[in-house]
Amino acid sequence: MNKRLINILVPLISIVLGLVIGAIVMAVSGFNPVDGYMALWNGIFMDTYTLGETVRQITPYVFSGLAVAFAFRTGLFNIGVEGQLIMGWLAAAYVGQAFELPAIIHVPLALIAAAVAGALWAFIPGLLKAKLQVHEVIVTIMLNYTALHVANAFIEMISGGGERTDKIHESASLRSEFFESITDYSRMHWGFVLALIAVMVMWFILEKTTRGYELKAVGFNKHASQYAGMNVSKNIILAMVISGAFAGLGGAMEALGTFENMTKLHASTGIGFDGIAVALLGANQPFGVLLGAILFGSLKYGGLNMPSEAGVPTEIVSIVIALIIFFVASGYVIRVALERFGKRKEVK
Amino acid sequence: MFHGKEVKITDPNVANKLGIGMVHQHFMLVENFTVTENIILGAEPTKMATINIKDASKKVQQLSEKYGLNVDAHAKIEDISVGMQQRVEILKTLYRGADILIFDEPTASLTPQEISELIQIMKRLIEEGKSIILITHKLKEIMEVSDRVTVIRKGKGIGTVTTAETNPTQLAELMVGRQVVFKTEKKEAHPKDVVLQIDSLVVADNRGIDKVKGLNLSVRAGEIVGIAGIDGNGQSELIEAITGLRKVKEGKITLNGQDITGLKPRKITESGLGHIPQDRHKHGLVLDFTIGHNIALQTYYQAPISKAGVIDYKKVNEIARKVIEEYDVRSGNGEASIARSLSGGNQQKAIIGREISRNPDLLIAALPTRGLDVGAIEFIHRRLIEQRDNGKAVLLISFELDEVMNVSDRIAVIYDGSIIDTVLPHETSEQELGLLMAGQSLQENQNKVGGENE
Repeated sequence: MNKRLINILVPLISIVLGLVIGAIVMAVSGFNPVDGYMALWNGIFMDTYTLGETVRQITPYVFSGLAVAFAFRTGLFNIGVEGQLIMGWLAAAYVGQAFELPAIIHVPLALIAAAVAGALWAFIPGLLKAKLQVHEVIVTIMLNYTALHVANAFIEMISGGGERTDKIHESASLRSEFFESITDYSRMHWGFVLALIAVMVMWFILEKTTRGYELKAVGFNKHASQYAGMNVSKNIILAMVISGAFAGLGGAMEALGTFENMTKLHASTGIGFDGIAVALLGANQPFGVLLGAILFGSLKYGGLNMPSEAGVPTEIVSIVIALIIFFVASGYVIRVALERFGKRKEVK
Repeated sequence: MFHGKEVKITDPNVANKLGIGMVHQHFMLVENFTVTENIILGAEPTKMATINIKDASKKVQQLSEKYGLNVDAHAKIEDISVGMQQRVEILKTLYRGADILIFDEPTASLTPQEISELIQIMKRLIEEGKSIILITHKLKEIMEVSDRVTVIRKGKGIGTVTTAETNPTQLAELMVGRQVVFKTEKKEAHPKDVVLQIDSLVVADNRGIDKVKGLNLSVRAGEIVGIAGIDGNGQSELIEAITGLRKVKEGKITLNGQDITGLKPRKITESGLGHIPQDRHKHGLVLDFTIGHNIALQTYYQAPISKAGVIDYKKVNEIARKVIEEYDVRSGNGEASIARSLSGGNQQKAIIGREISRNPDLLIAALPTRGLDVGAIEFIHRRLIEQRDNGKAVLLISFELDEVMNVSDRIAVIYDGSIIDTVLPHETSEQELGLLMAGQSLQENQNKVGGENE
């Protein structure tokens, strides 16, 4: 069996296995799996509105997935995407409501603010890792909580004690009448185009630039990179900063597209953490992340329809989604099985 | 097949039970445990739920005496020499009742004196009825201790011969598959201007302990200076200081008349330094990169590979292909093979190709042939001499006396962080070098020779 075929088969088999086991879980819990999956399907593809909403759901996942994947590819484990995304969201929401500018300036300005906020939030663990060898996992986890409370405090401050920031000005919004008209007034917005661009940007940085070569080299082998005269500290920090910028842009999608404001958060949004799963699904490749985000976002959004249409409780829906992710993440096992199978066939 | 019965060895414990013991190249010892504690580790004898260390140490002492190993059962590992640590490894296998002992490159870090002791021990073990499998790439050892030799090449048994009926040349031919010249052919050296000058250099290791202590050395264009010494006498710190990877505490290093003390590694590389690092996996290669990308490791940021921050991987591979061809780097997939998948010899050839093709004024070769087969060693030695003949300076650091004596034009012996003597290869002998490497006081210091080792 050739390698390419295996690479395509592994995720497909994983998804099928996840669905099958998920069906068993539903059946055991006394729900009809066929109804359940029909509801899931309808929740994703039923009409233009659900399709539009599915795309909207996918968009921030692309960014959080890219953020995690970029860090992975450069030897870092950024669990702080959640916090960086919250900071990006806050920055974009603030710029969106505080200034009145023409759209051509306002939208880019809000996006840049979000990217910078995410990047700065990631700069802290990057700096600590590079200079003091503090492990980035610890710092990024803790900064997630910090981000949550900092954002809440800021929201209270700029809204004068309120629960949410003002709606952003139209000039900063990513929504479009065109998308609203073709998707029956869903909240689909221009963000998915930005997501596609971000995928290209990550691919370009890693595969085409001198900096990408350095970032990858430092990620794989610090000692050899130092031997080759690279500035290891600088590259570690830069890797975190770029990863954080992707995360911050993910936050901007929520601020400028989905919600057009920011409400106080009682808990994490989950988008950042789900980014880890998305990156895993996509094997840390930019285009893989896009596919991973599509799968993950679709399941997440489609899953919302399962309780109402098929009566499957949300907990079971989470289990089914988790099973699919589990099988994709443990793709190594399937890979080995496939290779064995392929060998046996050759012997015959 | 074991004692005529077919057995499946699935893990080390099965091998242990069958009476097969292994003495590893890198010792598997707990530094701050005593000899006895190390030996019983994993098979602790218990008496009412507590470790019965007394009986164990008695048994260890007895075994030690029986085989003439001369090991103190109560000494701590960190206090004894490398040679004795190895004998502890041997004791460990004997304690567990091994009848077949496998030695994997046992002489790699021993002094010539310790090697001859080891050979005596091996002979003693054989007299006592044990069997020994000796894995080594040193032909001299094979000729000295073995009864039969099996030559392995590329994972296949090439042939088994009786040692008494063969000679090193024939063995080398079997190993490489063609004739090998042992004495590396070279012309007289014509040293010119000083390229590398080191004055009273002091360098500390990671723990802040001085490892290089006021070292002076000069290397001139057109000569190969070999640094002989036992592992751990400051060689690593010396190289790292020259190449900018480690801070210089005191002293001065000049390259081509330019002061390079404390400069960044890249600046030093650009001033004309090529460096074949001693650990090719740690420093030499990014193992997860393709071999092509690895060949660009020192030049990736310069034209013609990089322009305006964009890297041209086509160019990278084009340049890599040239190096791969010229230095005969063999791999499954050419420049697109992952570096990890190459054999050690081919990885090393790629590194050497990368470093020499930049045509540096000074080439530092640290243990360039460690763990390689005779064919690759010969190739690498020829390249080093070629570099010298082109009027470049070469600094060779090696633990192999043969290598130092064959390749260098001058030998500087390093002991305890400084050069204690410089000798000419044709005026010295292995014995004399061995004494110098041991700090010259053989009698009382023999067992402490490796004391500095980590």
